[in-house]
Amino acid sequence: MRAPRPTRLQGWGRQSRLGIERRGEDLERLGAVARLSRGLGRSYGDSSLPAADGEIVLNTTLADRILAFDEATGLVRAEAGLSLVDLHRITLPKLMFSPVTPGTQFVTLGGMVAADVHGKNQHTAGNFGDHVTKLRVRVADGRVIECSPDEHPDLFSATIGGMGLTGHILEVEFRLERIPSAAIVQESVRIANVDEFQEELEASAKEWPFSMGWIDAITGGASLGRGVLYRGRWATPEEVAGSPPRPRRAAQLPVDFPSWVLNPASIRAFNALKYHSHVPRVQRRVVGIEELFYPLDAIHDWHRMYGARGFTQYQCVLPRRAGKGSARRVLTLLSNLGAASFLCVIKDFGREGRGILSFPTPGITLAIDIPIRPDTPDVVRALNALVLELGGRVYLAKDSFTTADELARMDPRVEEFQRVREVWDPERRFRSAQSVRLLGDSP
Amino acid sequence: MNEKVIVFGATRGMGRALARAYAARGASLYLLGRNEAELARSAADLVARGARDCGYVRCDLEDARDFAPALDAAFSALGQVDVVAVTAGLFATQEELEKDRSLAVRVLQADFTQTVLFCEEVKDRLLGQRRGALVVFSSVAGERGRKPVVLYGAAKAGLSRYLEGLDHRHRADGLLVVAVKPGFVRTSMTEGLEPPPFAGEPDEVARDVVRAVERGLPEVYSPWPWRYVMGVIRALPRAVMRRVKF
Ligand SMILES: Cc1cc2nc3c(=O)[nH]c(=O)nc-3n(C[C@H](O)[C@H](O)[C@H](O)COP(=O)(O)OP(=O)(O)OC[C@H]3O[C@@H](n4cnc5c(N)ncnc54)[C@H](O)[C@@H]3O)c2cc1C
Repeated sequence: MRAPRPTRLQGWGRQSRLGIERRGEDLERLGAVARLSRGLGRSYGDSSLPAADGEIVLNTTLADRILAFDEATGLVRAEAGLSLVDLHRITLPKLMFSPVTPGTQFVTLGGMVAADVHGKNQHTAGNFGDHVTKLRVRVADGRVIECSPDEHPDLFSATIGGMGLTGHILEVEFRLERIPSAAIVQESVRIANVDEFQEELEASAKEWPFSMGWIDAITGGASLGRGVLYRGRWATPEEVAGSPPRPRRAAQLPVDFPSWVLNPASIRAFNALKYHSHVPRVQRRVVGIEELFYPLDAIHDWHRMYGARGFTQYQCVLPRRAGKGSARRVLTLLSNLGAASFLCVIKDFGREGRGILSFPTPGITLAIDIPIRPDTPDVVRALNALVLELGGRVYLAKDSFTTADELARMDPRVEEFQRVREVWDPERRFRSAQSVRLLGDSP
Repeated sequence: MNEKVIVFGATRGMGRALARAYAARGASLYLLGRNEAELARSAADLVARGARDCGYVRCDLEDARDFAPALDAAFSALGQVDVVAVTAGLFATQEELEKDRSLAVRVLQADFTQTVLFCEEVKDRLLGQRRGALVVFSSVAGERGRKPVVLYGAAKAGLSRYLEGLDHRHRADGLLVVAVKPGFVRTSMTEGLEPPPFAGEPDEVARDVVRAVERGLPEVYSPWPWRYVMGVIRALPRAVMRRVKF
């Protein structure tokens, strides 16, 4: 047979490993040779990368059939490689939408389950996994298992948020949400500092199903954490007829920017412009779904902006009990460390997920893009120390630099997760670059 | 409009893409293929993607006894048929075919004899309607005797000639014969092969094919640069062809 040569597989942050990517329609068959599945590679860190150079990874994107779609109830069953953008192309004209969507549509259903993704409605809708009714998984011994909250609940809750480490997810069944229109009423509010952010997010939660904030993470002092809060809800057909949203086209970033383009001065200028140009303080408009949900999808391959060295996204959640000033402490530390961030996002979480390792917990989350420099591991060490002190944890779908020891101290749930792996995969057939780094799997 | 389209080979690759392109236009579809469970899954997918309806029946390209009953089932379900597309076929690399004689027999038979026999069954039925398009996926591999595709290319060359003759013989009778010549397309069939420049995606090919049927073109190269690539390759002297790797 053909012997495919190893190629460089990348995470979205552009860290890479040599691996053999197998792609095909039949995940069950290809699953026999691969030790990890991978979707569209939108996880930032090393979770979709092979544990050892040259290992086989299963690319799921050709397995993208919709197996059942009940327009009355919204129940969908599809193969795991189906992307959200393709699904929405089919369901939006029927006014059905994913109950939870991450900040990009270029993700697969399998990836959404494996990371148990959250969206701008986490405070009301929970995570994607909360809407999943059934999964079909090819486990380590080759069996294909249907699991749900009632059948094999241990496998179900370990697979949701399990970062691909319980098996190959073959099919996903979940319920779409019926929406009144394909547009959003969006309000944006200029916010003076991070403490005000924390308060405004909490206040918005009651009235607005969608919310998140963009933060200027560079300007310090009293204005530390100033930015713009976006909140939204589905528009009624009347509101859309009154002011139809403008369609938007995706642009392409054709080449890598040299690494110096994003420097503290250019980031500072960009942030100041974005903040000060937001007048009046509160604005309200009807927008298309892309504008609220997928602002970054407007530029394909925007990660190339960071140049060849790539970047990491540090995303942590700080539980409510950490108190009001908690987000301020993280941003202060970040600015003391001199790690300039181009993009920083803040959002409140309302509840825990259903997966053993689901990331969210009630509190506040910060997602901070950091261009990679030689000192980036030290920056993450320092941030993790503070997050540990505040009782928080980090998001595995974004992480590249956390250590096994830090994770174990942050997240006691790891023990339970490992117990379930022991049952379904005692030989640790399933592993990734991330599981070697964080869970002690053999490289 | 309600087009009626039969696709042989719709569960994977370019056939899947072509069936989806017709589904998105609201066509009534009927699928032929080897594996019943796979057909059922693809039929569900196509209905979700806009097909008005989608039936299916088992039909194995390697077994000519399946052809007539499968086509009868499809024609009687659809009534007048607008398009019959044949994307089914076998593929193996030159090295694989040289190593395994029985595989070579299968590939040569499936991609030439069996495909031609299937087309003959389709031809009779479309001529009976006095209209309709027969769309068959051949390959640029059949354009020139080339080192990496000696055996596969020979079968496709025969197929392309057959389709050309059929077009000449029956265009006046209302039969449109479209020979599709995909270049390198990234599907599971070409998985693990190094993609050359101008490698394409199945959706592009599907779009080109739908357009060619609408315009009544007898031949489609897709993605389009392959028309010119093959123009050059056809013009190369044999002394050169003997030396190059492609
Ligand atoms: C611009 C941008 C915005 C984002 N915004 C958000 C956000 O708001 N909220 C959020 O939660 N996340 C967000 N993310 C992260 C993204 O949603 C997750 O990383 C998601 O998992 C990516 O899906 P994917 O298909 O690309 O999976 P990949 O990145 O390819 O894989 C991610 C993980 O899923 C596993 N996996 C994938 N498919 C399967 C399968 N079939 N079976 C088993 N395991 C599988 C992989 O092994 C890996 O561990 C964002 C990412 C980007 C680039």
